[in-house]
Amino acid sequence: MQWNAKNLPKEELFYGHKACAGCGGSLATRMALKVLGERTFLAVPAGCMSAVGFVYPQLCFGNNAIISTFAGTASMLTGIQAGAKALGLKDYHVLGIAGDGGTADIGLQGLSGAIDRNDDVIYICYDNEAYMNTGIQKSGLTPFGAKTTTTPAGKQIHGNQKEKKNMFEIVAAHHIAYAATATIGYMEDFLGKVERAKQTKGTSYIHVIAPCPTGWGISSNQTIHAARAIVDTGLWYLAEYYDGTFHLNRKPKKKNQVEEYLLSQKRFAHLTPEDIHIIKEQRDEKWKQIEREWEYERVK
Amino acid sequence: MSDKRFLSGDEAFAEGIRLARPQVISAYPITPQTIVVEELASMVERQSLKSEFIHVESEHSALSCAIGASSVGARTFTATSSQGLLYMAECLPYAAGGRFPIVMMNANRSTALPWNIYGDQRDSISQLDSGWIQIYVEDAQEALDMALQSYYIAEHKGVSVPVMVNLDGFILTHTYEAVEIPSIEEADAFLPPYVTDNKMDLEQPKNMAFTVGPNLNMEFHIKHHEAMLTALDVLNESDQRYGKVVGRRYGGAIGTYHTEDAEYVLITLGSITGMARNVVDDLRASGVKAGLIKLRMVRPFPGDQIVKALGLAKAVGTLEKDISFGAEGTIYTNVNSAFLKNKRVIPSYNFIGGLGGRDITKEQLTECFYKLREQKEAEPIQYIGLAIKEG
Repeated sequence: MQWNAKNLPKEELFYGHKACAGCGGSLATRMALKVLGERTFLAVPAGCMSAVGFVYPQLCFGNNAIISTFAGTASMLTGIQAGAKALGLKDYHVLGIAGDGGTADIGLQGLSGAIDRNDDVIYICYDNEAYMNTGIQKSGLTPFGAKTTTTPAGKQIHGNQKEKKNMFEIVAAHHIAYAATATIGYMEDFLGKVERAKQTKGTSYIHVIAPCPTGWGISSNQTIHAARAIVDTGLWYLAEYYDGTFHLNRKPKKKNQVEEYLLSQKRFAHLTPEDIHIIKEQRDEKWKQIEREWEYERVK
Repeated sequence: MSDKRFLSGDEAFAEGIRLARPQVISAYPITPQTIVVEELASMVERQSLKSEFIHVESEHSALSCAIGASSVGARTFTATSSQGLLYMAECLPYAAGGRFPIVMMNANRSTALPWNIYGDQRDSISQLDSGWIQIYVEDAQEALDMALQSYYIAEHKGVSVPVMVNLDGFILTHTYEAVEIPSIEEADAFLPPYVTDNKMDLEQPKNMAFTVGPNLNMEFHIKHHEAMLTALDVLNESDQRYGKVVGRRYGGAIGTYHTEDAEYVLITLGSITGMARNVVDDLRASGVKAGLIKLRMVRPFPGDQIVKALGLAKAVGTLEKDISFGAEGTIYTNVNSAFLKNKRVIPSYNFIGGLGGRDITKEQLTECFYKLREQKEAEPIQYIGLAIKEG
């Protein structure tokens, strides 16, 4: 099934929520649910998506949905799946949608457990590269150089000094049934990966870049542009892992436009040429590994 | 036909859970609870129990997984102890506030620091405010019976609150006794299948575990509180039903022993109760009018029942294996509050002992009654069997 703007279901399952204008996370959530449909049990931990979608009596999900504890997304999915199986339910999906902090930091233990058990669940991490719901604090997925409220940029320190945690390969190291990286900037690629996760028996993990205009310091009409540019510059990659091998889905076209990508965002406005040089070096190192070890295959 | 076997408290509890037919079990080991999940795993293997048995990677996940399973309407079980209970603490009010009728066994064990694997009740008592019903059992037989009855209470339409059943670590969990196991037919006759509207349903999608602002938040909690209070009556109802089907009864939230004319009454919970009963017998034989109140439920707290049962007693002692540091024993606080609410003025002592698994002897229990009789102690809070006294 190739999803595109023409054949995507009109039905909205995430509707009337309170997300900020230009929110990438809510777009990823809304689109994923269009692919998976109404017979989806969704667990969402503490974070933006639960904060904007679950304020009684205004409940915004048209499908079954539940807030989990911050660390408990994956373990709750396990329980939902086990309960549904025990009750003999048929024709349903179990989905978790968690942010970067909820996935790479506090939720990592539970996620590792679920993948280890190969529970038949889909886990989507919408990555906006910081704890945005609490007001922009550094997470394990905040990139090098980014300014957050807990990694300020000044004379001594130029923002976050750690590289982004490599969630995709951490997950793949479990020999997961299916894992993919995506971005809301390439929506058809993302939808195709959600479809593939839907078809996969066992655990699927999709890591989707979903910019946050508030946290990134971009205007609310630049979300998709930024989500596209991060891939075009090679600072993020579109890839899949299945059958024990890594597959690259897209080669970057504008690797030379890193400055443009970075300096158009307030969180990177302070970067010096030296900082940008470090970011490019990190990127190039990554691409050497990708080209050496991964197969190239356009997403089907 | 029921069956009689020689079982430890953990094994007996697992038998009770088997009879309740949980559809999902989330299992994580911790001493001295581990035997429970081992036994359940064997039962699943032998097919004497049909259940989704999940090997979770932490206690936080154990309860989070149980909440997930309960949220689609499955009967669910998990078990823990001590540090494990504290590690899953975040999920306790979550399960309770979501009104998920999960049953959990807790093996009462001391909490670190200092590290100690032996029994006291500081773990569960520290979680009294988490919104769970808390039951304490005296022996392996009661452990089995309450494993089964806990589902009846938790799933009762007027309650719909999770239940934690507490067994004294090692003293109960690892001690062997003759235990009567009801037949599966008896268990089925006692416990109806779990049916609920409080679940996510594919035919009628629902959003659960939501946020509630200051405008309505309190109403949700007061409803929960009232449901907890209802459990006092539902326990009686469960006890009567169980008595009819299985032939064993324990009474309600408190059990009394010679309290009608008692002058000196000791309040206990858990496994120490059996010995306290023997002490009451000995004292009665020597002419001391001793009596005993066994707390079977600590949340909801049967304060009025305690005051009523005391009759004309001259002094009361609360014996407990916990201490709220910088205050007193927590059960003592609850008991004294009940006296005050009922306008009952009575000398009230607190006997704190057994911390970190320290043994409490028959002599020490006898001494407690003498202290109630003499009332020479100016200090109402007494420590039992302290090896090193400052001074």
